[in-house]
Amino acid sequence: MRAAALFLAAFCACTQAGEIPLAERRSGYEFMGRETRAMQDDDTTNPALFALLDGETLWNRADGAAGRACAACHGDAAQSMKGVAARYPAIVGAKPLNLEQRINACRVEKQRAAAFAYESKELLALTAYVARQSRGLPIAIEANDTTRPFIDAGRALYERRQGQLNLACSQCHDDNWGRSLAGTPIPQAHPTGYPIYRLEWQAMGSLERRLRNCMIGARAEPYAYGSPEMVELELYLMWRARGMKLETPAVRP
Amino acid sequence: MTSWAFVLLFLAGARADEIPAPLSGAKGDPQRGRAIVANRQVGLCLLCHNGPFPEERFQGDLAPDLRGVGSRLTEGEIRLRLVDPARANPQTIMPAYYKTDGLTRVAPSYRGKPVLSAEQIEDVLAYLVTLK
Ligand code: HEC
Ligand code: HEC
Repeated sequence: MRAAALFLAAFCACTQAGEIPLAERRSGYEFMGRETRAMQDDDTTNPALFALLDGETLWNRADGAAGRACAACHGDAAQSMKGVAARYPAIVGAKPLNLEQRINACRVEKQRAAAFAYESKELLALTAYVARQSRGLPIAIEANDTTRPFIDAGRALYERRQGQLNLACSQCHDDNWGRSLAGTPIPQAHPTGYPIYRLEWQAMGSLERRLRNCMIGARAEPYAYGSPEMVELELYLMWRARGMKLETPAVRP
Repeated sequence: MTSWAFVLLFLAGARADEIPAPLSGAKGDPQRGRAIVANRQVGLCLLCHNGPFPEERFQGDLAPDLRGVGSRLTEGEIRLRLVDPARANPQTIMPAYYKTDGLTRVAPSYRGKPVLSAEQIEDVLAYLVTLK
């Protein structure tokens, strides 16, 4: 038995899959059932439609002490926001900001309005509306001297075991994707469709909310919304999904 | 354990691969053990494993089927794999069920607590050895 255990240990060590080769990456979409995919594909049945409509309203509504709408500065979102979500989180000043934070920065600095709370209906709607303008475009995060330290920090978090169950993101999403976790297929964790409408939530939710779910699943203490660790993790995931097409707003089980 | 200590134990024929003595005084109860294994909030075993649980529709396939584990491994070997499976396989994805050190960012409500108590481990074990 001892020999068998040693053999098993050696075997498992060399079957650790590691980073997924670029050509083998699959969106979470491909792990879903036919009905859920159909729901995402058809704009009229996609439950995120309501968030998009709310987002459009917010885009055009004058707000804050400055009394200006997003549209007053940016015009038609279909043009000005095309491709933007594909390159977020982006380095602004000296650190990466995610799309929600960028939108809130405009609210505070340009509209002189209060920032929307994380996971508020408004922030999700506006983020989904902005990200919708990049649907079908490839994720365009580059590793360069400015972004690399943050990408590396996100990767370190992704590969670090955490929580009472001592699980790393990579152990499920790199080493065991496609297998079944209590009947649920484990996707590769590509952030291609956020904000999403998740059937389990019966609501829209951000990428950070999804990441917190996985941390809580490992019985780890999740990082706070908007914390540097969360944004670095998002940046790493977006870089890991570079070249994959954005699907926002996606539907997920 | 250092690798040297391991080699010495190996040469001496001691079993580094098992925990022979029960963790608690009371003898484990296989019925209670089965319930723990099947429970998604308590044992969590079926997240990863399959087993003889016809009533549980959703089981995992990240890990070996638990059927037959009582013939594959001795009681002491199974106990070690529940307490701290990394001692059998450092790369393992299986959580340590009776260990509180060496963990990172454990959620406050679980901090300082093992996943299962000593009694629960013995219950699970009493059930697993019946899976011949
Ligand atoms: C024990 C396994 C496990 C661990 C550990 C884990 N996840 Fe997940 N993750 C899943 C499963 C299963 C799903 C799909 C859930 C569903 O569809 O209900 C998922 C979904 C996701 C998604 C959504 C993908 C999509 O298509 O929208 C992302 C992103 C993600 N995980 C990232 C992470 C990160 C980052 C970590 C570490 C902090 C992590 N996961 C840890 C199992 C895991
Ligand atoms: C997150 C995944 C995961 C969970 C949860 C889990 N295991 Fe495991 N278990 C594994 C894997 C993977 C192995 C294969 C050996 C290895 O990698 O160490 C294993 C091996 C075992 C073995 C040795 C099997 C053999 O044939 O050699 C036993 C016994 C076992 N697990 C019992 C349990 C019990 C009982 C529970 C719950 C109380 C449990 N496991 C929870 C992943 C898991």
